[in-house]
Amino acid sequence: MSLIGFDGVSKVYADKSVALDDVNFNITEGEFVSIVGHSGAGKTTLLKMILAEERPSKGQVTFGKINIHDLAGETVTDFRRRIGSIFQDFRLLPKKTAYENVSFAMEAAGKDDDSISNDVPEVLELVGLSSKMWNFPHQLSGGEQQRVAIARAIVNQPDIIIADEPTGNLDPVNTYEITQIMKKINDLGTTVLLTTHNKGVIDFLGKRVITMDGGKIVRDDKEGKYILDK
Amino acid sequence: MFWLNLKRVSKTGFISFWRNGLVSFSSVFVLSVTLFIMGSLIVASAFLNASLSELEQKVDINVYFTTSAPEDKILTLQGRLENLPEVSYVEYITREQALEDFKRRNKDNVLILQSLDELEENPLGAVFNIKAINPSQYEGIAEYLEDEMGQDIAGESSGIIDNINYYQNKIVIDRLADLIEGSNKLGVIISIVLLAMAVMVSFNTIRLAIYNSREEIGVMKLVGASKSYIRGPFIVEGVMAGVFATIIAVLLLFVSMTWLSSATVEFFGGLDFAYYYRENFSELFIILLLSGILVGMLASFIAIRRHLEK
Repeated sequence: MSLIGFDGVSKVYADKSVALDDVNFNITEGEFVSIVGHSGAGKTTLLKMILAEERPSKGQVTFGKINIHDLAGETVTDFRRRIGSIFQDFRLLPKKTAYENVSFAMEAAGKDDDSISNDVPEVLELVGLSSKMWNFPHQLSGGEQQRVAIARAIVNQPDIIIADEPTGNLDPVNTYEITQIMKKINDLGTTVLLTTHNKGVIDFLGKRVITMDGGKIVRDDKEGKYILDK
Repeated sequence: MFWLNLKRVSKTGFISFWRNGLVSFSSVFVLSVTLFIMGSLIVASAFLNASLSELEQKVDINVYFTTSAPEDKILTLQGRLENLPEVSYVEYITREQALEDFKRRNKDNVLILQSLDELEENPLGAVFNIKAINPSQYEGIAEYLEDEMGQDIAGESSGIIDNINYYQNKIVIDRLADLIEGSNKLGVIISIVLLAMAVMVSFNTIRLAIYNSREEIGVMKLVGASKSYIRGPFIVEGVMAGVFATIIAVLLLFVSMTWLSSATVEFFGGLDFAYYYRENFSELFIILLLSGILVGMLASFIAIRRHLEK
C-alpha cells in the first residue's frame, strides 16, 4: 500500500528558481528508499513537502489517503507525530539531556509517564546510548548525537522515518554504524526515506534509489547503486 | 491531559530557567531594574502626596469678628459654615480665648502687656479658623462669607465680620494649589515615560532570550509539539523571572529607602521614606509581583508567537 505519493509535484520559489519539476513517485509501506542528487537537486525541498513545511506550486503530495497540504494548524502537529525526522546537523535541544530529548517527543505526543519511563531507556539502549542518557548534546560526539536523534525519531513508532543526510557530518565508522541502525529500524517494519551523498551508504543498503537532478527525477532503481556523476 | 501537560510544562520551564543561566540572569536583572523604578515611583508619588497634604493642612482662612459681634450670630454662622461640603472644620476662638492666646504669645513683651492692662475692654474680636477639604475651595468659602454677611469689599466688613484674611493669603494658597496640581500631572507623565522605557527594555531582553531559542522552537515543531506545549515553558520562565525580579527589587528598595530615611526625615520634617515603605510593604510587594509576572509573561508570549507562526 502506498504511504507517500508525489503526483506531478512542482515547486517554484518567489525568485522564480525551480526546486522541483513535475516529480512523480510512490513509496510503499515498509520500503527503504534513498534519494541521491547533487546539492540543489531538490532533495531537501522534497522532504520539507512531506513534513508540511513547504507547499507545492503544482500537483499534490499524499500521506496514505491524506493530502498533506490540506492540513492546517493543530492537524499539522498531529500529522508530524506520525513522522520521525533525522537531520544532518542532529537538531537536538541543547539544554536537554539525551534522555530528555527523547522523552520530549513522547511528552509532546501526550504519552503517559509510565510509557515514557519504559520506552525512553529501551530506545536509547537500541541505539547503544544507555550509558550516556544523562549527557547533554555538547558532551556527546557527532555519532552519539545522531543516535539520540534517531532514538527521538523512532520512540513514538512513526509510520515513516525521514532522514536528511544523516551521515553528512560523521566519520566513516559512525556513518557505517548509523546506516546499520537505520537498516535495523527498516527491518523491524518502519518505512525509511533517506537522502544522502554517500556512495558507501547506498552500496551497503542495496535498496531502492531515486536519483534527482535539477528538480527532476532522472532515475528510480529498485535495487539501486550509486551512479551519481562526481 | 490538561493537568499532565501543565505539570510537564511547569517542570520544563523551571528546569530551563536554571539551565539558561546567563540569559535568565539578564532577564531577571533588567526586570528587577524595571520593578525597582516602578516601586520607587510608587513610593515617591505617595510620599509627595503625603508631603503636599501635610502642607495643605497648614493652610486655612481666618475670619476676624468685630468686638461687638454677638456670640449667637457667630455660632449661627459657624453652623452654616460647617454644613458647607467644602469645609473640613471650623474652629471657633472666643474673644476671651483670643486675648489669652495673644497674652501668651507676648508674655515677654512688657510694653504690650501694660498697654492691654490700661485698656478697660478686650480689644480683640472672636476668630474662626476654617479648614477647607481642598486648597482650591478657599476662594468659594471666602465668597460665601461675603455673601452671607453682605460685604461689598472683601475684608471690609459692614456687619459682624471685621476681616477675612483669605485675600492676603490668596497668592500663597493659589501657588500651593497650582503646585499640587502641577506636581501630580508631572508625576504621572514622568512615571508613564520611565515605566514605558523600563518595560520596553524588559520586553526586548526577554525577546532576545527567546530569539536565541528560535532553532530549538523549530525542532520542537518538527518533533510534533503543539504550539501551547512549546509556548508553555517559555511563559513559565517569564513568570519565574518576574518572581525573582520582584524579590530583588523589594530588597533594593528596602536598602535605598533605609539609606534615604534620615535625609528625608530631616528635609521633609518628620516624613520618613523607610517608614512609609514598611507600612505599605504588602501592597507594594503585590503590585510589583503582579507587574513583574505580567511583563514576564506578556513579553514571552509576544516574542514566542512570532517564532511559532513561522
